[in-house]
Amino acid sequence: MAGKTLYDKVWDAHFVGRRQDGNSLIYIDLQLLHEVTSPQAFEGLTLNKRPLWRVGANLATPDHNVPTDQRALGLQGITDTVALEQVITLDKNCKAFGVEQFDILDRRQGIVHVVGPEQGATMPGMTIVCGDSHTSTHGAFAALAQGVGTSEVEHVMATQCLVQNKARNFAVVVDGEMAPGVYAKDIILAIIGRLGTAGATGHTLEYMGSTIRNLSMEGRMTLCNMSIEAGARAGMVAVDDTTIDYIRGRPFAPEGALWQQAEQYWRSLVSDADAEFDRSLELDAASISPQITWGTSPEQVAGVGERIPDPDQFDDPVQKEAAQHALKYMDVTPGTPITDIQLDRVFIGSCTNARIEDLRAAAAVVRGKKVAANVKQVLVVPGSGLVKAQAEAEGLAQIFVDAGMQWRDAGCSMCLAMNPDKLGPGEHCASTSNRNFEGRQGHAGRTHLVSPATAAAAAIAGHFVDVREWL
Amino acid sequence: MQAFTSHKGTVAPLDRVNVDTDQIIPKQYLKSIKRTGFGDYLFDGWRFHDEGDIGITPNERDINHNFVLNKPAYQGASVLLARDNFGCGSSREHAVWALQEFGFRAVIAPSFADIFYGNCFKNGLLPIVLKEESIEKLFAEVGAGYELSIDLAAQQVVAADGAVYSFDIDAGLKEKMLNGMDDIAMTLAEKELIDTFETSHKQAQPWLFMRDQV
Repeated sequence: MAGKTLYDKVWDAHFVGRRQDGNSLIYIDLQLLHEVTSPQAFEGLTLNKRPLWRVGANLATPDHNVPTDQRALGLQGITDTVALEQVITLDKNCKAFGVEQFDILDRRQGIVHVVGPEQGATMPGMTIVCGDSHTSTHGAFAALAQGVGTSEVEHVMATQCLVQNKARNFAVVVDGEMAPGVYAKDIILAIIGRLGTAGATGHTLEYMGSTIRNLSMEGRMTLCNMSIEAGARAGMVAVDDTTIDYIRGRPFAPEGALWQQAEQYWRSLVSDADAEFDRSLELDAASISPQITWGTSPEQVAGVGERIPDPDQFDDPVQKEAAQHALKYMDVTPGTPITDIQLDRVFIGSCTNARIEDLRAAAAVVRGKKVAANVKQVLVVPGSGLVKAQAEAEGLAQIFVDAGMQWRDAGCSMCLAMNPDKLGPGEHCASTSNRNFEGRQGHAGRTHLVSPATAAAAAIAGHFVDVREWL
Repeated sequence: MQAFTSHKGTVAPLDRVNVDTDQIIPKQYLKSIKRTGFGDYLFDGWRFHDEGDIGITPNERDINHNFVLNKPAYQGASVLLARDNFGCGSSREHAVWALQEFGFRAVIAPSFADIFYGNCFKNGLLPIVLKEESIEKLFAEVGAGYELSIDLAAQQVVAADGAVYSFDIDAGLKEKMLNGMDDIAMTLAEKELIDTFETSHKQAQPWLFMRDQV
């Protein structure tokens, strides 16, 4: 019999059994909550007089629609009354149900997918859900972490279980050394470019190979974060020293004898040598250049040295039409170099790229330079209050401010523009976020997904450049 | 949850791949703490030229008459015919709520994104996967007044000319949909199973339960 994959192991360790209707139940160790997808779930519990199954398995923080300036004002800083009601509702629900929350004024507040790992709340071998598709981020810790809808949020609140069929196993093997100026973001965009946005639907991805082993936890989180952009609900990386070293000493991590016991178990969370995967994809990291999306789907991506594609090069008529539609929306011209795209705004932030390592990479490019005259605004939004404090202590914030960039408070910000940070109609934005969908960053806005270093270089140049030449 | 047994209704075609949930219901409407009130904003960026927000009604908006759902032929449509990877992107269940409130009872596509597909079954919106060639045939045939009949028990979609399109569906999901069962109640019926698992899980990985004492 073939060995088990990492996903098989975590699934098996959480398989509760089958319900009467034949559906599988898996046990959920941690549910992360934020203001947008939880109110209807809490309301459902209240209406049906159901308690939380396990209060201690929940952790909350507001992130999606909190403003990123004037944080000291707290709730008073939220001028949108509908958004304010939502953040207040999270406060009320957490108090009523006894859920631990890092509220808007807590220095630990931030994007849920930055906060969980930073606190050590995310641990290897866990099952994690959150009403947010980028929950896949936590898979970097060999956790099975999945985004769920609000009904599933309520279901996990009430039962600590998720009704689910097992996914298939998909190995993504990346070997070789990345060139300086190429980052985890470029790897995942290249993977999505190969697989397509539905390429991994029904699968759990496991990222492996020498390149992945050499990535920091921040890099692995960037990679796993965008698994959903390839259609996979979850992406995972096996446990190694990098994983263990990251967790040790964090506030929620076990200590003493419990740590020893946990570490021993965690180190078993790797795919067996003889494990079989249903599908696989191999990539050579050395062949990957900085990636830039040109369209309205993350799969519409090209290397920095390439040109905007001609729709006629797509054989499939449906893909061809999708490309035509995207080129029109984005107002980019087939055959022109991707570096010709002029930028109006730049966004460095999001659950994909707002950790300390991302800010260091951006600051290294920006140091001593000024934002280009044609760029109206550069937002640098740290992923959490603690990332913000660290970046300030390291002098990174000052580098951004000296260059003419805006240094903000933690939140999702312009990744999805639910708060006041947004693009104007027709504006082009170099963004370190995860989705270039139509209107994602603001009505009629145009998003180009890139790494923090490429975004920083674009802010300085006013258009896209090959950041490898700057390092 | 609303049960789904059978349905006959007008079909509207949405001829685009990778329709993401940001298009189905844009972010500004997610600020609502309710489960209702999203139908007016379905496909907001495509149905209207101007930017909307919660509280702004459709008759105050700049309507895009070229968008398929605004065409007279497809008024009152309750079956959406779509392309590959429908519902990709954000996990927002608001996308399903918006489609239902607008009047859709079923979506037919060659493939769906996983989270959206699951969300449909929590609400009684039936996602039907048909083969690529069947989808092509339906896109070629659909027009004003084109209707389809859907029979979930028989797992069939039937056109007016008698053409029958069979579809596969997980037996458990089908059962749940046919009866409109309360998912949480069904799981809570297995309380003993969960309790037993939890006890052994706590023994095996006690560090996962550290926050219970807080």
